Formats: sequence, structure tokens, C-alpha cells
Amino acid sequence: MGLDDHAIIIPVSKPSKGSAGRTGLWRVERPVILEDRCIKCWLCWLYCPEDVITEGANGFPEVDYTFCKGCGVCADVCPKDAIEMVEEKL
Amino acid sequence: MTITIHDLRKLPGSYMPGSAACPGCGATLAFRLVSRALGPNTVYIVPACCFSVIQAPYPKSAISAPLYNIAFAAAAATASGVHRAYKAVNKDVNVVVWAGDGGTVDIGIQALSGAAERKEDLIYVCYDNEAYMNTGIQRSGATPLKAWTKTTPTGKREMPKDMPMILAAHRVPYVATASVGYPFDLVNKFEKAKNIRGFKYIHILSPCPPGWDFPVEKTAEVGKLAVDTYFWPLYEIEGGKLKITVKPRKRPLKEFIRLQGRFRTITDEEIDELEKIVMEKWQFLEHLEKSERVF
Repeated sequence: MGLDDHAIIIPVSKPSKGSAGRTGLWRVERPVILEDRCIKCWLCWLYCPEDVITEGANGFPEVDYTFCKGCGVCADVCPKDAIEMVEEKL
Repeated sequence: MTITIHDLRKLPGSYMPGSAACPGCGATLAFRLVSRALGPNTVYIVPACCFSVIQAPYPKSAISAPLYNIAFAAAAATASGVHRAYKAVNKDVNVVVWAGDGGTVDIGIQALSGAAERKEDLIYVCYDNEAYMNTGIQRSGATPLKAWTKTTPTGKREMPKDMPMILAAHRVPYVATASVGYPFDLVNKFEKAKNIRGFKYIHILSPCPPGWDFPVEKTAEVGKLAVDTYFWPLYEIEGGKLKITVKPRKRPLKEFIRLQGRFRTITDEEIDELEKIVMEKWQFLEHLEKSERVF
């Protein structure tokens, strides 16, 4: 039996969303976008460490709550205070 | 060419949400922006650091680009080999080392210095969170003076290594510092580095909420304050010529220091002392900016 008969197993990870599970469960406070104040400057998108802010159907920023870890960087950088951090309730 | 936020939003990134990073992580924030600036034609080499924990809890990976995990000391050597292998099959690929400060300043420095000396065509990125964060906050060669870590409980007594200047002394074509608090400056530096042949080194200050002990939502603010207080000057050295890319109005260093728990034992006199060191560094850079060549 030569070397060729053995499958060489290399540990290769496959790219996928949620590689650490549903990280939204880590959240203590959820960012809520107040659309009447939002000026669509997209600074929240720029500074989001988790890349969970996308453009929603109505053109305003939309947060993917499945993976948002609730760090609140978006609310901190928002120049119009258009993102409110609301406590999560089970 | 200067990139705007709308250009950046159209570019494809390589970061996928739901990674194992802490909330408010500066490294993932930097990576998102960098992967957009470099584009999909990029291969990443990651030595042991926070990022190897963040991106690949087997069998899933949070990075959609090809990425190779390698031992601590070998990142720059591996990247040299990867780039030469691509060159041998006539492929032009950005080979990027994405290393933490431990893997750059302490353990990886000999491979890094060797690759810089051989003029390998790589982009070496050090995202600097100023300690060994993923093993539980031990001091590294990049930890600033007086900062608390688990191995320097009364504050670090030594000055950190000036890594960008060490690399500039290798006479590489491009060396830059960046901060996640100034994302456009960061992205523009990568845009520039992408089009330069030879060894490029970019040092990104990446605030770490658990390690520096500040509230998680302050990551961007701390990154910006570090620049505004002249604690972390943003400059680039292109072809030996130094240019300070961001010259903000000086804010007192106290604002930056008092935001972080890692400096909690520091007295006001010690802050004055640090302020003096910071100003000396800034004046030195201004002096270098006037000269024709730094090295």
C-alpha cells in the first residue's frame, strides 16, 4: 500500500456567517435606528466592528440582529444621536 | 485619489459577521476596512494572535478570502514563500501578513526583518493592541510606558519599541502608521500600498476594550483620541520621505489616559511626564518631515 492510498486530511475551515454561532445572543443592549433623525451618513456602517449594518429596503441602515454583538460603537459615533441602545428583554 | 464612504460601501469585503471577536473589537474593524481597500485578489497570512482565534473556530471561518494560519515566528517567511509561489505560476496577488503586536514586535521580528531586507513584495500589517490580548493581557514590546497588564501590575517601566521606525531603517519603499479612529486615512494608506512594489509595512493602532479596560462602545473614540492627543501620530514614509498625514489640534493627553482602566494607577505628575515624551516625539517627527530623507 503506497502513500497515494491514504487520503490526506488538511484542516480547512470554510467561510460562513456566524462562525462563532449566533453572536446576537451575546447582546445586552440592542441598537435601534430612529429613522426620523437619521441623515444616512453611514458612519455607523463605517465603524461597525462586526459588519452587521446594511442598507435596508427603505434606504436606511438596517442592523442584522442575528449577529450584532451590541457593542454600541454605532450609537457612539452617530452624529445625530439617531441610534438608541435599548435593553434586551428575554 | 481619495476614497469616500460611498465608494467604500460598494467595495466587497472579506469579513463575515458572527466571528469569535469580542464586542467592539478594533482588529475586526480594521480588517473590514482593509479587506475592502485591498480587494478580493488578496491572500492573508496570520500568525498566532487574536485574529487566528477570531477568524477560524474550525470548521467555519469568518474570512471569505484565502487565509493561512502559521506559527508565531514564521509569518513573514511564509508570506515570502507564498508570494514567490504565486510569482512562479505568473499570478499577481496581494500577499498580506496580518499579525498582532506580539507576532511583529517580539516573536516575529527576525522573519520580518529578513523579509524587509530581501525586499519581498508583501504588505505586512501589524494591528497593535499593545499587549498579548488573546492569552490574557500580558505585556509585549509594544505596551506603552506605565500601562497595566497582568505581567506589569504596577505599570510597565520600559518604553515600547518604535516599530515603524525600525522598519523605515530597513529602507523599505513604504512604511505607515494608521488608527481605526481615522478610517479614511487607513484606507487611503492601503490603497497606496497596494500599488507599490516591494516591502510595505503598516502599523495600525487597534484599541482593545477588555485589554485597555474602557467601555466597549468607545473603540472608535479611543482610536481617534490617541491621534488627537499625539499619543499615536499618523505618518507615512514613502521612498524615505516622511509626511505626517493627520495634523489634528492638540488635545491634552489626560483625556486619552483617563478613558482607560489600564492607566488607572497613574498620577497626574506621571501624565505630565508622558505628555513631555509625546511632545518630544511629535517635534522629532516634524523635524524629520522637513528633511529630504529619513534614512
